[in-house]
Amino acid sequence: MSLPLFQAILFYVFGGLALLGALVTVGQRNPTYSAFALIVTLVSLSAVFGLLGSPFIAALQVVVYAGAIMVLFLFVLMLLAVKREERIQGESRAFKLVAISIAAVLAAEVGYALTAAPRAMAGRFDASARQVAVLLFSPRYLYVFEATSILILAALVGAIALAKREPHP
Amino acid sequence: MSPQLLQHALLLSLALFVVGATGVFLRRNVITVFMCIELMLNAVNLAFIAFSRASGTLDGEVLVFFVLTVAAAEAAVGLAIIISIHRHKDTLDLDAFNIMKW
Repeated sequence: MSLPLFQAILFYVFGGLALLGALVTVGQRNPTYSAFALIVTLVSLSAVFGLLGSPFIAALQVVVYAGAIMVLFLFVLMLLAVKREERIQGESRAFKLVAISIAAVLAAEVGYALTAAPRAMAGRFDASARQVAVLLFSPRYLYVFEATSILILAALVGAIALAKREPHP
Repeated sequence: MSPQLLQHALLLSLALFVVGATGVFLRRNVITVFMCIELMLNAVNLAFIAFSRASGTLDGEVLVFFVLTVAAAEAAVGLAIIISIHRHKDTLDLDAFNIMKW
């Protein structure tokens, strides 16, 4: 089997898995099952990133998204002991219809924009961790990178302050 | 990787984004809505990677790196807010969080 064909097969397998996981995430009533389906999507997307020639981002995707963010989600789900989605008022069919039509309009708009996207492809492409780091620490992005560290510090302090139990409620 | 596959990667990104957006509209559980937002962020990441591959520049990869960091910060703060609200309201239904509604 030739390499491009093998790559194409892997791309469609993982792309399909990602889409399937996304559909289960949205369709599932139990948030814990949603979270597990989302993990499937994230890991499949990591494989797609690798096939698109970005091994560094593929590794980051698994470590940060599947490893850190989703564990945080599952931790909160288990902390709050979430059962199935509760319903306060009855299911509104009209609301559902409006939501799906808005999504269809969105799909048409973005699809139209994407068909205008360039079809050409660069011949050489090296997105190894080294090349990405060279660009990341170049003067172009260095200050943004430093600002990111302040953002994470602020998020850390904010998360602790918000989740802390108040002394006298 | 042929240009056609690249086009299909963009279509996959579109599909994931629309599924995520539909979830934000349809779901009532605040944590599920939050997960749908993560899904939309991932769809955009896929578009960034595909465009980066198409243009042969690495700026898309760096942008994905920043999106990842912001998503991590957002998840930490957002889940802390959800825990805090759950403590007061004892529910995760979005329709119950109407305290700022006039």
